[in-house]
Amino acid sequence: MALDAKTLTHLERLESEAIHIMREVVAEATNPVMLYSVGKDSAVMLHLARKAFYPSPPPFPLLHVDTTWKFQDMYALRNKMAAESGMELLVYQNPEAAEKGINPFDHGSLHTDMWKTEGLKQALDKYGFDAAFGGARRDEEKSRAKERIFSFRTASHGWDPKNQRPELWNLYNARKNKGESIRVFPISNWTELDIWQYIHLNDVPIVPLYFADERPTYEWEGQLFMADDIPRLEKVLGYRPEITMKSVRFRTLGCFPLTGAVESTAKTLPEVIQETLLTTTSERQGRVIDKDAGGAGMEVKKQQGYF
Amino acid sequence: MTETTLGQDVIYKTEALIAEDIDAYLEQHQHKTMLRFITCGSVDDGKSTLIGRLLYDSKMIFEDQLAALENDSKKVGTQGQEIDFALLVDGLAAEREQGITIDVAYRFFNTEKRKFIVADCPGHEQYTRNMVTGASTADLAVILIDARKGVLVQTRRHSYLCHLIGIRNIVLAVNKMDLVDYDQATFDAIVKDYGEFAKSIGIESFTAMPISGFKGDNITTRSANTPWYQGPTLVEHLETVEVLSSVDADKPFRMPVQWVNRPNLDFRGFSGLIATGSVKPGDEIRVLPSGKTSKVARVVTLDGDLDQAVAGQSVTLCLADEVDCSRGDVISLADNPPQAADQFEATLVWLNDEAMLPGRAYWLKLATQTVSVTVQQPKYVVNVNTMEHLAAKTLELNAIGVAEIATDKPLVFEPYTEGRTLGGFVLIDKMSNATVAAGMLNFSLRRAQNVHWQALDISREAHAALKQQQPKVLWFTGLSGSGKSTIANLVEKRLHAVGKHTFLLDGDNVRHGLNKDLGFTEADRIENIRRVGEVARLMTDAGLIVLTAFISPFRAEREMVRSLMAEGEFVEIFVDTPLEVAEARDVKGLYKKARSGQLKNFTGIDSPYEAPENPDFRVDTTQESPEDAAERIVNALLGWAPTI
Repeated sequence: MALDAKTLTHLERLESEAIHIMREVVAEATNPVMLYSVGKDSAVMLHLARKAFYPSPPPFPLLHVDTTWKFQDMYALRNKMAAESGMELLVYQNPEAAEKGINPFDHGSLHTDMWKTEGLKQALDKYGFDAAFGGARRDEEKSRAKERIFSFRTASHGWDPKNQRPELWNLYNARKNKGESIRVFPISNWTELDIWQYIHLNDVPIVPLYFADERPTYEWEGQLFMADDIPRLEKVLGYRPEITMKSVRFRTLGCFPLTGAVESTAKTLPEVIQETLLTTTSERQGRVIDKDAGGAGMEVKKQQGYF
Repeated sequence: MTETTLGQDVIYKTEALIAEDIDAYLEQHQHKTMLRFITCGSVDDGKSTLIGRLLYDSKMIFEDQLAALENDSKKVGTQGQEIDFALLVDGLAAEREQGITIDVAYRFFNTEKRKFIVADCPGHEQYTRNMVTGASTADLAVILIDARKGVLVQTRRHSYLCHLIGIRNIVLAVNKMDLVDYDQATFDAIVKDYGEFAKSIGIESFTAMPISGFKGDNITTRSANTPWYQGPTLVEHLETVEVLSSVDADKPFRMPVQWVNRPNLDFRGFSGLIATGSVKPGDEIRVLPSGKTSKVARVVTLDGDLDQAVAGQSVTLCLADEVDCSRGDVISLADNPPQAADQFEATLVWLNDEAMLPGRAYWLKLATQTVSVTVQQPKYVVNVNTMEHLAAKTLELNAIGVAEIATDKPLVFEPYTEGRTLGGFVLIDKMSNATVAAGMLNFSLRRAQNVHWQALDISREAHAALKQQQPKVLWFTGLSGSGKSTIANLVEKRLHAVGKHTFLLDGDNVRHGLNKDLGFTEADRIENIRRVGEVARLMTDAGLIVLTAFISPFRAEREMVRSLMAEGEFVEIFVDTPLEVAEARDVKGLYKKARSGQLKNFTGIDSPYEAPENPDFRVDTTQESPEDAAERIVNALLGWAPTI
C-alpha cells in the first residue's frame, strides 16, 4: 500500500457502506432477518453479511419465501450457502397458496401476490421479525430510486412514499413501535454492473443458470423458458410443451415459468458481463411484474407490501 | 444537435472496448472512484432533464426503457414530440401527475473514470428537508439556474443549505442557454450576481458553466454554440474534483464503535466504519469517553488482516489489552482524541410537521451514540431567503435555527466543520419515532466543560436507609378538577401517619414560587414539568417519598421524568375523571373561564390531554371515592395488600 492516503474505489466504498448498514441493524433491531432469494443480488448481500460479522457468522437467519416454482439449481445453492455460512435457513411457503394450487400459468399476477407478497407478510408476522434485509437496488426501477435504505413499514406492512423518514449522512433511524418493522436495503446504491463486478472480484458463488449452457427450453406466450421440471409443467399446462435444447442463460432468476431465458454463449463471468453491457434491454424486462397497473406497477405493489 | 452526436462517439469508444477487450474494460472499471453529488435548483430549472440527459449520454438507458420513455413523452411529456428526459427521473406516480419532483431520487451513471451517484433534489420550499438529506452525503452540488431567470430566491436558499451542510465543491450550471441564444453577456451577468451572493454567505469558490440539459451543450462535450467558454464540460469537471473520503483520510484517526464482535472467548473485536484518518497494527489508540489507552493488535477482515485501513473502510479492530469498549464509544489516535461534552451550541434544520418544543426530550443519534437531549428556545432562526437572523420561540418545518442543547450523557464529538461523522446528528421523536431534525454541532459550551459531578460521601442509599424507606415518586396526573390534589393529600396523610417521610409538590403551589415565571403555552408546560421532575429527583436522592399533583398533559414529559428516576421508583397514578364530570365540578371556576375564552391553552378544552397508556394505578373517580383510592394506593405501596 502506498504511503499517501488511499482513495477507495467505488466498489470498496459500496462494500463498506453495506457492511456499515448491516452492523447498524444488528446493533439496533431486536430480531433481524435476511431475505434470501438465491439470485445474484442475494448472493452479494449474503457475502457482505459474512464480511460484516467475520469471524462470527452473521447473527441472523436467512429467510427464503418460497413459491415452490423456483429452479432446482436455486434450491441446491440455497441449501449449500446456508450450510457454508453457518446461518439458520428458514423456508416459508404460504399454506393458502399451496392449498389452492396457485401457479404461474393459471393465476397470472395472483401467483406473485399469494406466494411472494402474502407469503412474505405471513413469514415476517410468524417469526416476529422487526427488520428484514432485502437485496433491492435503486437502479432497478423508477420508484425504487426514491426508497430509503431503512424503509419503514406500518404494522400492516404498508409503505407510504410521501411519509418516509429523512436519511442524513449515514445515520439510520431504526426506532419503531411494536408491530412496525423496517425493510433494509444494504445494496441500494449498487448497479447491476457493480454486482457483477463484485461477484467477479470476490468469487461469490452464484447459481450456474446465470451462465450459458445447453438446456431444455419451450416457448410460452412468445417468450423462451426453461423446462426445469417437465412432468410438473405438463401437469399444469395439460399438455407437453415442445422441448428444444438451446444454449441459454438467465439475466435474473425467479420462478422458472416466469423467468424468460436469453439465447447466449456466455460461459464465463467476463463474458456474461460483456453481454450484459452490450445488451439493449433492461434487467427487469424479463419479468412480468412491473408492467401491471400501467406505469406505476412496482409502486402499487410496494404499497401493498411486496418487497 | 451536433453535441449529442459527439457524445455518442464517446459511448461508441467505450462500447468498442467492451466488445473487443472485456478484461481491459473490467480492469478500468475496477479502479474507478465514486463521486456523489446533488442537483438542486428552482422548479422548472431543468434538474430532471439534466439528469435524464446524463443517464442518456452515458448509455444508462436501455432500449425498452427508451421505448417506454418515447411512449410516455407523447402521452404526458412537456416537450412536444421530442423526448422528455425528465420522465426518466420523476419516479413516483403522484408526481408524474403533478409534473414536479417531490422527493430525493438517487440515480447512477458511469464514465470511464468514475461512478456517480446523483441525488435529485426538489426545488419546492416545503421540501427543504429532502434537499438537506440529499446534500448530507454529497461531495459536490450542482446548482441549476435558468438562464432566462437568473439568481432566484430558491437559488440562494439551496446554495445556503449546501454551504451549511459543508459541501465545498459547488458548480453553478447556467442552464437553458439555448433559450437565450447562448448569449455570453447573460451568462456573465448571472455569474457576477451569484458570485456576490456566494461571497456574502461564505462560499469561497464555485465553478460556473453555460449548459443546456435539453440540447446537451457542455454536458459531455464542448459545445460549438459557446465558443466564448473555455472551461471544462460538466462531466469533465465531475470526473476530476476531489472526493470527500480523500479529504477525510488526512484527518486524525476516529472510528465510532458499532458492534462488539465476540464469537468466542478468544476473540474480541470492535467493528466500525473509519470516519477519518487511518489505522495500522501497533498504533497507540484511546477509547472515548473513558480515555483508556491501548494498541491496535490486528485489523481483521474476511479477506485477511490488513496492514492499514483508511477513512471510509468498515473494519474490525482487535486491541492489545482488555479495554472496556462498547457500541457508542469512539476509538481514536491516543495523542489526538476528540472531546466529550454534554452541552452544545448546534445548528438545527427542522424536518417535521410538528414544531420543535423547547424543553422536550428527544433522542439524539450521533455516529453510534444515542442519548436523550433537550433543546432550548432558539437563539435565532435564519431567514433562508435574506440570510437575516430572526428571533423565534420554536422551529417549524423547514426552519433552520441555532440553539443550545443539553444531553443526559456526555457525547464524544467534534465540531461539524472538523468532521461530519462526529458533528452531524439527527433528532428522533420519542413517541412517534419520526426523524424530526438534522443538526450540526458548532461547539461545546464552556460551562459543560467546567461543571463536574461532585462525588458525595452520603449516598442516596444512605439517606433512604436512615429513613427506613424506599424513595418513590407518586406522580398524579389527570385533568384539572379530576381530584389529583385531594387524593394525593389523603395518601400523604396516611403515609405520614405510619412514619414515612414524604413531601407533596402541588401544581398550583409550585407555580407561586419556583415556576412563577412560566405560563401555560406548550413549551412552558414542558419546562414546568421538567423543573418539577428535577426537584422530585433531588428529593428522592434525599430519601423522600415524593407526591406530585400536576395535570402533566403530555406523555413525553411524564416519560422524561420517569427516565430521571431509578428503575421502579416512578409510580404513575392516573386520576381518570371524564371531562364532563370534571367540568361539572369546576371547583375553581376555570372551565367556565376557558369555555368563555378568557383562559387560553386549557387542558381538555383547547389543549390536549394525553392519557397514560399503562399507568401503575388508575383511579376512576366516578366509581371509587378518594378515601378508597388513597387506601388502595397506600396498601399496595407498603406491601400490605396485593395490588389490584
